[in-house]
Amino acid sequence: MGMYTEKVMDHFRHPRNVGEIKDADGIGKVGNPVCGDLMWIYIKVKGDRLEDVKFKTFGCGAAIATSSMITEMAKGKTIDEALKISRQDVADALGGLPAIKMHCSNLASDGLKSAILDYMKRNGIKPPEGIKIESEHEDVCETG
Amino acid sequence: MAQPNQIYMDYSSYCPIEPRVLKEMLPYYERYFGNPSSPHSFGVQMKAGLEGAREKVASLINAEKPSEVIFTSGSTESINAALRGAAFRNKEKGNRIIASSIEHISVRNTLKYLAKNGFEVVYLPVDEYGVVSVEALKGAMNDRTVLVTVMYANNEVGTVEPIKEIADIVHEKNAILHTDATAAIGKMSIDVNRDGIDIMSISSGDTYGPYGIGALYLRRGIRFEPLILGGGQEAGFRSGTENVAGAVGMGKAAEIAKAEMAQEAERLSKIRDRIIKGTKEAITYSFLNGHPTLRLPNNINMRFSFIEGESLVLSLDMEGIAASSGSACSSKTLEPSHVLLAMGIPHEEAQGSLLLSLGRWNTPQDAEKLLEVLPNIVRGLREMSPIAPPGVR
Repeated sequence: MGMYTEKVMDHFRHPRNVGEIKDADGIGKVGNPVCGDLMWIYIKVKGDRLEDVKFKTFGCGAAIATSSMITEMAKGKTIDEALKISRQDVADALGGLPAIKMHCSNLASDGLKSAILDYMKRNGIKPPEGIKIESEHEDVCETG
Repeated sequence: MAQPNQIYMDYSSYCPIEPRVLKEMLPYYERYFGNPSSPHSFGVQMKAGLEGAREKVASLINAEKPSEVIFTSGSTESINAALRGAAFRNKEKGNRIIASSIEHISVRNTLKYLAKNGFEVVYLPVDEYGVVSVEALKGAMNDRTVLVTVMYANNEVGTVEPIKEIADIVHEKNAILHTDATAAIGKMSIDVNRDGIDIMSISSGDTYGPYGIGALYLRRGIRFEPLILGGGQEAGFRSGTENVAGAVGMGKAAEIAKAEMAQEAERLSKIRDRIIKGTKEAITYSFLNGHPTLRLPNNINMRFSFIEGESLVLSLDMEGIAASSGSACSSKTLEPSHVLLAMGIPHEEAQGSLLLSLGRWNTPQDAEKLLEVLPNIVRGLREMSPIAPPGVR
């Protein structure tokens, strides 16, 4: 079998919710093309729920699959629920990721959080305590 | 062999064995056995196989004597032995080693080891095509220079280096020239005398021979110390009971290469050029990495702006085409190809590289199938990419 699970390959082959939301309520941009991964997550909020979530990603198979997966996981959730989705949750939902991909390519939950924080900022909402963008405190390019 | 609906374009990562090679090897597993060092008839039979193989390898590279060919376990061992053996044996002359900045990782890591052990390693820049700067070499050579290592042709971008010109400069200062010819052997004419090579590392696997065997060409009279010590096989330069079946396979592969290489190179370079031209025509923002003409006949390395290479390789695999990429995500180190970076290609562009390496079982139809699917794959990935300008397909 290949390096990726069948679920990862399914999301890679048929990515869900690709594209932009023209009048998005929040946009999260994470990663860096120099490192090989860049993700933009767009959200549309209605009440306290994520009515729509879309993505655009430059990156490897894992980067595309995690982006696709997070849009499915987050759609319809409340903002509080969506903020609780961790990188591990995304990896688990995909049936696991190769160890080497856990950090550099698993940015989707950070992308979503950063889109929600953008939405909160635009609307003057104070973000809850303790929200952290997991990839922000690592230099993802320096692994070798 | 590949299934009818599969196309293998990853010969530089792993090359299948030639049926004619396997046939030649089988008796050495099924019928013949014995230690080649033994005086009895069992050993003599094995020794004859080993020495016959040595002659064939020597003939492929035009070595003066077969004894200048030393069998090893493969290119990686040859490279380790060559660089360490030449450096340590000649260290009283000096401690400078000069290398190109696009060497294979087995050369790079051996050089790092030597740098930790008292040697000063100087890296030569390459131009935008990956050609090593001969002027920089002239400037870096001094009386303390013991060893220069430049690959015969680059394994990633296929650029063929000016080895003869380099050899002349190296020999003016009485230094030793090592070349890693793993990517070039069996694909183009290599003549150690014409090219002025003192030590050369070659493999068998990359020429349709078996893996687990390779060779070191060591010109007679070069001061050298062995890496592997033991019972003194291979004239003391590489101990350990010989892998006779492997050597016989490597010999047969060398014989086939010598007879068929020129014709095969012509055939493959036509397929190569069709793919390069067809890709450039069909896909905007696509570029050739490496030299347009000083290039291995089987190497295609293209890059596509705004997309990442691993997703390209996965997408091609879904169409039954096996390829490689120089992107960070495709490597164990998570760094993009040092070769592309040395050629001045920006990081984000280096991420979008695609390496297609052709071989014996590729046909012109394979090129057409690739050209049929590649533009759609690139378009799909660009549609998903946040950095692709609107409208770029």
